[in-house]
Amino acid sequence: MKKMIYLDNAATTKTAPEVVEAMLPYFTEFYGNASSVYGFAGNSKEAMAKGRESIAKALGANANEIYFTAGGSEADNWALKATAEAYKAKGNHIITTKIEHHAILHTAEWLEKNGFEVTYLNVDENGVVKLDELKAAIRPETILISVMFANNEIGTIEPIKEIGEIAKEHGILFHTDAVQAFGQVPINVDELHIDMLSSSGHKLNGPKGIGFLYIRKGVKIRSFVHGGAQERKRRAGTENIPGIVGYGAAVERAMRTMKERTDKEIELRDYLIDRVLKEVPYTRLNGHRTNRLPNNANFSFQFIEGESLLIMLDMEGICGSSGSACTSGSLDPSHVLLAIGLPHEIAHGSLRLTLSDETTKEDIDFVVETIKDIVSRLRDMSPLYEDFIKKHK
Amino acid sequence: MYSDKVMDHFKNPRNVGEIENASGVGTVGNAKCGDIMRIFLDIDENQVIRDCKFKTFGCGAAVATSSMATELVIGKTIYEALEVTNKAVMDALDGLPPVKVHCSLLAEEAIHAALWDYAEKNGIKIEGLEKPKNDIHEGEEEESEEY
Repeated sequence: MKKMIYLDNAATTKTAPEVVEAMLPYFTEFYGNASSVYGFAGNSKEAMAKGRESIAKALGANANEIYFTAGGSEADNWALKATAEAYKAKGNHIITTKIEHHAILHTAEWLEKNGFEVTYLNVDENGVVKLDELKAAIRPETILISVMFANNEIGTIEPIKEIGEIAKEHGILFHTDAVQAFGQVPINVDELHIDMLSSSGHKLNGPKGIGFLYIRKGVKIRSFVHGGAQERKRRAGTENIPGIVGYGAAVERAMRTMKERTDKEIELRDYLIDRVLKEVPYTRLNGHRTNRLPNNANFSFQFIEGESLLIMLDMEGICGSSGSACTSGSLDPSHVLLAIGLPHEIAHGSLRLTLSDETTKEDIDFVVETIKDIVSRLRDMSPLYEDFIKKHK
Repeated sequence: MYSDKVMDHFKNPRNVGEIENASGVGTVGNAKCGDIMRIFLDIDENQVIRDCKFKTFGCGAAVATSSMATELVIGKTIYEALEVTNKAVMDALDGLPPVKVHCSLLAEEAIHAALWDYAEKNGIKIEGLEKPKNDIHEGEEEESEEY
């Protein structure tokens, strides 16, 4: 079997061995239910407290402001639906953006069907939210602004601090989906005026099936999952102790390695971007050139379609992803690529590559050479390319 | 998600390219939806398809159906070629995932479009051939989902 080069770390990451190591005792040894009274359950309780503490510390938050969920999507759903419910007496208007993850967009659409009004902000050609538009969208009945920290497709990092300030100024709650950003860029919830923040364990070398919603003390949203008294009565269900332990270990690891890891990723990312843009004609970079996630590169190759590209890359052992319609299961390409103004046919030819700390320069060299070969083969097959060449002869 | 045959035709597509001074050329699909197929036909004086080539912008299934369609029509008369339906193309590929069925329709349309072009160039009428739609997605609505 060919060597696999995994460049889809925005989809999910490898669980770090030290994370697995930390989790293992909580399956077979310390398996007690943290809600039980006997001493044995104390191990679970302690481990959970430690995990919560590590996460809170990384965000500059208090441990009792971290509420574990089953993942990022649940956290996003909770933030929007429960805020809407809790603050509906104040107003029925929510502001978000056109480039959010579907966990936000589809929840917002659901709220629209249930009496709420939602403004979807435009972004500029780099995917950056327009602050003027945000200010203009604010109404007396606006109860929540939800803007992602960094975009999962094109990697652009949003002006979170400025948005937090605007929200604070107007007394509006501010939620950010930091699923891609947490562990990749420093985040302090006080400095950035964040009231709620969603995160997911498996995006930062932690386990799948665990996430959290940070809820600032004083924000009055209630339970989304009803049942037992877990998570300060705000999220019922027996705690996923191995998941929480693993999440805590992953966050500690991410914070400890952040500088060195992301410096290396940025260097390789830029090397990848520079080589592809220079060596593959009719190609563009999607997302902000510098103000983007350390490990994200997103290209559009004109005249070709993304799924074909992905299958051919897979044949060479390279795992990537695309925003083409064929990979989204609909006729439309990625909503993010359309929001930054790409025409459909260029959005169809996109490729997202997201690096990890295990990615090497040799990997990138192989990937660039492979892309050059595949893009040229697909263009030879493309009627769009044929027409373009004939027109420009 | 694809059958071995689809993967084979995607990896090693048959009859990719152009035919100079083709007897008929048909292009269908649109870039907006992410697939465009162009079929070139070389038809002899007995109305037999001597050669067929294609160019396709699209996903793996679009490439594979184009490739298979060219194989199915080469050596056939124009009337036999009319009977190469999307179902025939799909069957020859051992099936397609449901979301990719439209790719096989595209292949059928592309052959019809090339035959239409041939008929127009030669001032003949091919019985049973209707003017092809430019866009196979015309009138197609995206399924609305309930959340």
